[in-house]
Amino acid sequence: MSSPADVLTLWGHWPAVAAAAVGALVPRGEAKQTRIALAVFAALAAGLVGHLWPGVATGAAPTEWPGLLDLLVVLPIAGAVAVLFLPRQSPKVLRRFTLGVLLVDLVFSLQLLRVPMTRGWHFVSVHEWVPSLGIRWHVAVDGMSLWLVLLTTLITPIAAYASFGSIKTRVKELCFALLLLHGAMIGGFVALDLLVFYVFWELMLVPMYVMIGVWGGPDKIKAAIKFFLYTMTGSVLMLAAMIYMVVQYTKLTGAPSFDLLALQRVLLPREAQALCFWAFAIAFLVKVPMFPLHTWLPDAHVQAPTGGSVILAAIMLKLGTYGYLRFAMGLFPGASGLNTANLAGVAVLGGILYGALVAWKQSDIKRVIAYSSVAHLGFVMLGLFAVTPSSISGSILQMVNHGISTGALFLLVGVLYDRRHTREIAEYGGIAKVMPIYTALWVIVTLASIGVPGTNGFVGEFMVIMGTMVSPRLRAFAGIDATLAAFGVVLGAVYMLGLTQRVFFGPLSNPKNRHLNDVTPRETIALAPLVLLVFAIGLFPALFVDRMKDSVQGFYDHYQYVWGEGRVERANAELLPPSSDPALERGAPPGPGVAAAAGEP
Amino acid sequence: MGAPLVLDNVQSLPFIGPELTLGAGILLLLVWELVAHGARKRVGLLAIMFATLGAAGAQAAFALAHDAPAVSLFGGLLASDGFAHVFRVLFAFVTAVVALYAAPVRADDALPGKRSTGEMYLLLLTVALGLSFMAMSRHLLMIYLSIEIVSVISFVLAAFSIDDKKSSEGALKYVIYGGVASGIMLYGMSWLYGATQSLALPEIGARVAAMSAAQHGVPPVVFLATVCMLAGFGYKISAAPFHMWTPDVYEGAPTPVTAFLSVGPKAAGFAVLVRFFAEALRATGSLHASPWPLVAGVLAMLTMTVGNLSAIGQDNVKRMLAYSSIAHAGYMLLGFAVFSTTGTAAIVFYALTYCLMNLGAFLVVLALAEQNGGDESVGAFRGLGTRAPVLAACMAVFLFSLTGLPPFAGFVGKFYLFAALVRGGGNFTWLVATVGVLNSVVSLFYYARVLRSMYLTPAGASDAPVVVARRHTATAIALAVPTVALGVYWAPLYDLVARTVGMVP
Repeated sequence: MSSPADVLTLWGHWPAVAAAAVGALVPRGEAKQTRIALAVFAALAAGLVGHLWPGVATGAAPTEWPGLLDLLVVLPIAGAVAVLFLPRQSPKVLRRFTLGVLLVDLVFSLQLLRVPMTRGWHFVSVHEWVPSLGIRWHVAVDGMSLWLVLLTTLITPIAAYASFGSIKTRVKELCFALLLLHGAMIGGFVALDLLVFYVFWELMLVPMYVMIGVWGGPDKIKAAIKFFLYTMTGSVLMLAAMIYMVVQYTKLTGAPSFDLLALQRVLLPREAQALCFWAFAIAFLVKVPMFPLHTWLPDAHVQAPTGGSVILAAIMLKLGTYGYLRFAMGLFPGASGLNTANLAGVAVLGGILYGALVAWKQSDIKRVIAYSSVAHLGFVMLGLFAVTPSSISGSILQMVNHGISTGALFLLVGVLYDRRHTREIAEYGGIAKVMPIYTALWVIVTLASIGVPGTNGFVGEFMVIMGTMVSPRLRAFAGIDATLAAFGVVLGAVYMLGLTQRVFFGPLSNPKNRHLNDVTPRETIALAPLVLLVFAIGLFPALFVDRMKDSVQGFYDHYQYVWGEGRVERANAELLPPSSDPALERGAPPGPGVAAAAGEP
Repeated sequence: MGAPLVLDNVQSLPFIGPELTLGAGILLLLVWELVAHGARKRVGLLAIMFATLGAAGAQAAFALAHDAPAVSLFGGLLASDGFAHVFRVLFAFVTAVVALYAAPVRADDALPGKRSTGEMYLLLLTVALGLSFMAMSRHLLMIYLSIEIVSVISFVLAAFSIDDKKSSEGALKYVIYGGVASGIMLYGMSWLYGATQSLALPEIGARVAAMSAAQHGVPPVVFLATVCMLAGFGYKISAAPFHMWTPDVYEGAPTPVTAFLSVGPKAAGFAVLVRFFAEALRATGSLHASPWPLVAGVLAMLTMTVGNLSAIGQDNVKRMLAYSSIAHAGYMLLGFAVFSTTGTAAIVFYALTYCLMNLGAFLVVLALAEQNGGDESVGAFRGLGTRAPVLAACMAVFLFSLTGLPPFAGFVGKFYLFAALVRGGGNFTWLVATVGVLNSVVSLFYYARVLRSMYLTPAGASDAPVVVARRHTATAIALAVPTVALGVYWAPLYDLVARTVGMVP
């Protein structure tokens, strides 16, 4: 959070102290551990905002610790291996060990915030892996992946903590799956070598398959296999396109490389580019999931255990959107730009509007939220398709927002499911009378999900819609897309408030609901950080957007550069010169033109 | 390939050291089988077997490690080059692992049908000898003879459990298919001989090249001859449509034999195939120059698709693995279809990884069936994740690797195959590559059924721990560790393979 010297001067941290006091004093009738936890969370949230506040950071720019990302990825995977050797008979040890590893990872990941996210790559770490093929372990973050890494390190411990409350069988496998999944997801967000990315991308499938298949609902096996097959179908095509890119690069330069920074410079002829783009795009759009490739998602969510749903919705889907941004758009600006207007139409009609309408008609609470994810990710994708700095920033922020609010919603549904073992909306009604704190939390998160001003959802959706409105890439459709997307926000309010009304308000008609307990300390502790972040992002969005804007601008400049001077219409593959900004080339493999370009203006 | 030095009969002898060792081992085994008894016999059998294979493998590995120059032996009958050495090491390894599977556990040392282990070892060593010769042959006569050695002994091995009807049925099918296939192959060879007046592959290559140049394309007679010969090669590698015998033989034969047949003869078949096309036809990846890329590509697509689609419906895991081995032959044909050194290196590398994971998968089936009275259905794997966690984890590694998921060796192998294919360029290779990657997804479906049975479905009738023989567990771990290790760090092995097949990376 802060350097040790700052911790001593408490006065400098008065907001955190005040927040801690509020967190400890306000809840009534809660256990001591809840109060302590809430105080810590409140202090951390205030500290986070304070730390990000412009001008507060003092002293010289801290140096980047190059091994940090390696550690973030390797630690959980090593932990997963270690779990295999821990005794199955002592679930307590397993749980504590897993949570410990995840929390250590979280603490280390906060170090990423100590460095101002200027344009270019940070925490670059490069190791040779397979030199003859130009495969390198190349990880780095920039403003676009920073918040997603932090989201991952925040959500997984929460999901693990919540899972440990409800899952009592085969804890060893659960711990193994959680840690492996965690490492693979972080790896996916930070990998800049295409093969490394692919390895992590596929590595995520197995633990998630196990999570759905072992601890899921009645139809779990079908859902698990559906999830696996859908994702894998998309990704094998991506692998083929990846190899094609590398072969082209090798032909142009004589040396192979799987590095994103190297392959970004390859300008494929139009048709090859279109094929490769679609191979990448389908892999990512399946994962997002975007209409009409979304049909695995409701099954997977409904069958998955709470912790699985949270991780799936909050993080894994983001790998789809992030992958589309980083790889599909980053590698193929031409082809993605040519298709973007059509794709935006699909995102609006199929994602935002159709997803919302389908969500409205569901009778299962989890299905409502699953389809609401389709709608929300429609916004994210629309922002990416619009390709303006504002819409891309909005999209990234919305990825984080969706992770927080939908993660919290799935946790809340899990709370209800643990008590009644049903998710049918018709089984509930009027439970605000018996579970007041729970209802309050639900309403807050629902409002965030709808996008009410003051909560995080508003900022992201607003930026996406504003960016779409002015997008030159969507041409005549920009206005229509923006209007329909705005209408989608209204639909979001309709189904989420409808759900809230049917479940929480009205008469308490079902006698089985008379004696439901309100949230337990464990559930409060799991939910509190998310609720705090709803407000932190909602009230101080600039703090979060500021850290990504330089990177987004850099990405956008590259995109525009490729579009400029008719470069997207070339008949033969050619090699662009490396970027003139050395910050954008940090960690790039040595190749022809790199040294030469440094001298050119 | 250049023109290697041709040695006469006496000069050649040092170069077939591994084969001479195998021959000596066979004779020794035969004598020991007759004279020794009891525990001494068992120990002796194992000692002779592993000493022979170890010595043979070590000689080939030594030649490999020292980059021994390529030479042509016995006036051009056999080749001793890096390509052959890799396969010789592979065959010694595979035979040793299979011998370990079939090793006698109990004192009475009787295998099913009251056959003795010594008998099986003898046959295995003979096949290994035939396989080595297959990988070295550069003469049609040698190709035919070595294929026949392997086939005939394989028939006997397939029928090893003499009381088992399935085993006998499978073996009979094997014999009939084998007879027809070698007949057709011989017919093709006779066409080729008639057209070129030579049996040595390099000379055939020169004549075919001259004829092709004169006629601006591959002469019909060569095409016909090659298609006929493909029947024989296709039968050995179980490529569709010559694969019909595979499921029955694999299901019927004793599991160690199945494991051996699915790896050894298949790899040797690829060695012959690659050498024949490279030396006798001088095939290139260009679709305009010759019909070979088209033929090989269609064969690859057909084999993968038939193998994978047929595997989906299987309930017997051995039968499923049989179909999956057909599919894997299809993947290896992908590397073949481009006729480049990269493709050859990819095939060899894939054969190495495939041998690890496929042997491992069969081992788990064997270990499990030994415990539950021969049940090899998917249902037998129910709850294995809790009943035998280590074995189940190894099986999961093998299956994920066979699917081609990172970070397992199978992924790397497939990756090189696709890379070789894509490097070939052209729309047709794209079609083949797309069919190939989609086939990986299909394969996931049936491998996942076993995984599901092991981990996701609760144990059925019995959830008692499965007690597996310790040597089986140890062997499974010994195969699983390199499967993972090669998935994470494979550069030295691939570089070695690439160097030996004559490619400069």
